[in-house]
Amino acid sequence: MIKRCRSRVSRRSFLAGTGAVAAGLTIRPKFSWGAEAPELSFYNWDIYIGETTLDDFKGASGIQVKMDLFADNDELFAKLKEGNPGYDLIVPTNDYVERMIKAEMLTPLDHAKIPNFRKNVAKAFQDANFDPGRKYSMPYMWGTQGIGYRKSKVNGVPDSWKVLLDSDEYSGRIALLSSASAVIGMGLKYLGYSYNSTNPAEIKQAEELIIRQKPHIKVFAEDNGQDLLASGEVDLTMEWNGDILQVMDEDDDIAYVVPKEGSVVWQDCLAIPVGAPHPDNAHRFINFILDAEAGAKIADFIQYATPNAAARKLLPDDYNNNPAIFPSEETLARSEPEIYTGEASQRLRDEAWTRILAS
Amino acid sequence: MDNWRKNPVVFWLLNVPPTFWLVVFFIVPLTLIWVLSFGEKRGVIDIEITWTLDNYIRALDPLYLEIFWKSIWMAGLATLACLIVGYPIAFAIAFAPDRWKALLLLGLMVPFWINILIRTYALIAVFRTRGYVNFTLEWLWERANGLLSWIGLGDWHLLGMRYEPLELLYNNFAVNMGIVYAFFPFMVLPLYANIEKLDKSLMEASLDLGAGHWRTFVSVVFPLTWHGALSGIIIVFIPALGAFFIPDLLGGTHSELIGNVIERQFKSANDWPFGAALSFLLMYATFGALALRALVAGRKPGLEV
Repeated sequence: MIKRCRSRVSRRSFLAGTGAVAAGLTIRPKFSWGAEAPELSFYNWDIYIGETTLDDFKGASGIQVKMDLFADNDELFAKLKEGNPGYDLIVPTNDYVERMIKAEMLTPLDHAKIPNFRKNVAKAFQDANFDPGRKYSMPYMWGTQGIGYRKSKVNGVPDSWKVLLDSDEYSGRIALLSSASAVIGMGLKYLGYSYNSTNPAEIKQAEELIIRQKPHIKVFAEDNGQDLLASGEVDLTMEWNGDILQVMDEDDDIAYVVPKEGSVVWQDCLAIPVGAPHPDNAHRFINFILDAEAGAKIADFIQYATPNAAARKLLPDDYNNNPAIFPSEETLARSEPEIYTGEASQRLRDEAWTRILAS
Repeated sequence: MDNWRKNPVVFWLLNVPPTFWLVVFFIVPLTLIWVLSFGEKRGVIDIEITWTLDNYIRALDPLYLEIFWKSIWMAGLATLACLIVGYPIAFAIAFAPDRWKALLLLGLMVPFWINILIRTYALIAVFRTRGYVNFTLEWLWERANGLLSWIGLGDWHLLGMRYEPLELLYNNFAVNMGIVYAFFPFMVLPLYANIEKLDKSLMEASLDLGAGHWRTFVSVVFPLTWHGALSGIIIVFIPALGAFFIPDLLGGTHSELIGNVIERQFKSANDWPFGAALSFLLMYATFGALALRALVAGRKPGLEV
């Protein structure tokens, strides 16, 4: 099975693209008034759509989809920042959806044109803290952060952040992500607070927790936790599920779990950028993707978690019951997407992180 | 160029490219960052230049001063290691037969044709628990154990029950090794240039007149070549002070240097004004070191930069 080999580096550099010099072209295609030409320009991640989805859509609607690829959210953001070069549909991750809404880069969606949203999408994904009422974005695929571990070296399933953040059981065999938001966020989760907490006292508590745990942590990994795990350098690592899924393919001794305290979930979304030449076609394509059968074909091919409940019913058990793709309902209910919490809180977290590293 | 006044047009024309370069790629970007260091954040994207000193005051917090100090200490240690290893190697190359010299210099330079990031990743494969150093040591351990068994001492487990791999990666030792490895040729080349020019008869005279090898080095060779050492020290120390991806990749949980803090301000922390202030403090420290060098070296002839 081919899986999208997707670098999550970009996720760590949340907001980093703000200063990126935009490479955006300002060539806009001519607007055709009245009925839209049967074409659609789709800007997507690599290996992130079903094998036949575009052809199926053409068969159903007559609309020809042209797909361009981007490598990370920063690239997507930079391309659109100085004006839409002609894309009708894009796939930003939740934190970038939030930023693009704030920067007025997205067009509001007409829910009446997307009946499959209410019909097929799971209740949990019908609203979102980063896009209240889902005015601008539809859920496409989602995933989690959790613990990747080597089964033969760990007792049972390490299904609590305690084993990484508050225990000497696996001293010197632990890697955490080198990311202020992830490490402090998980500390907050373990202590029973929100991942997005802005309360200085709570953040301080999380900081102290990590500093206490530091002697037992081997390394804060630069998004290569899966390699450290695969090479036997560590036995437990905090990582994105997609990264661990890659090494699970090659090594049966590796497994992934989302701790019971909950975690952070990412969500890639379908959105229509301002200035899209074919917004009606984009709505039709969104509705097509959220169809049960089309959604099932996509998820079956790319092996990411789909928010489409109707599509899941059509998929086999080994997909639906794969804990590396789907955490349990209770765990998911305790998880939350990362949101932008403001400059003051960003600074608070970065200073806490500097103290953690310096202590 | 003593008669440049006679050909002012040629003179100015010749000066256009370097001036353009200096202004566009050095003065303008540096000024932008300098101005930014007096700014305040207003939102996700907005920065307002208010000429506040808050960023500098924040940078002088003991938290950051400690990291500054640690960076200076680590860079100094790496520079010293380069110097100690570099001197004999520069000597060996300078005194090698001519046909070997080019080859030896090539051997020093060839690794530099490979990107530093890739070479740093290669160090991970060398140092990690299941890496080449530990593989080699484990192999030696097995041979030694085999030998002990063969002479009848196998039951004593003199070398322990099994090979314990050395923890060589994800600590400050690995960061230092990484910096030394990255900047080593910058030390050897200026040293080599100086030692090469050294009049060998002076050393022969010293040895003939009864001085030992150590005394010859201290009293004759070192005073004649230390300008090269000083140049090497400067061009190793300065980039080592700003290293960030080496501690990122090789460092453990205690390896944060000032370069990492600055990098983070421009990326995940998204606080460009503070990052700019930290950068400029680092640059002032570098200027200080250069001024010190000028002071120490004086204006003696034969100074090599």
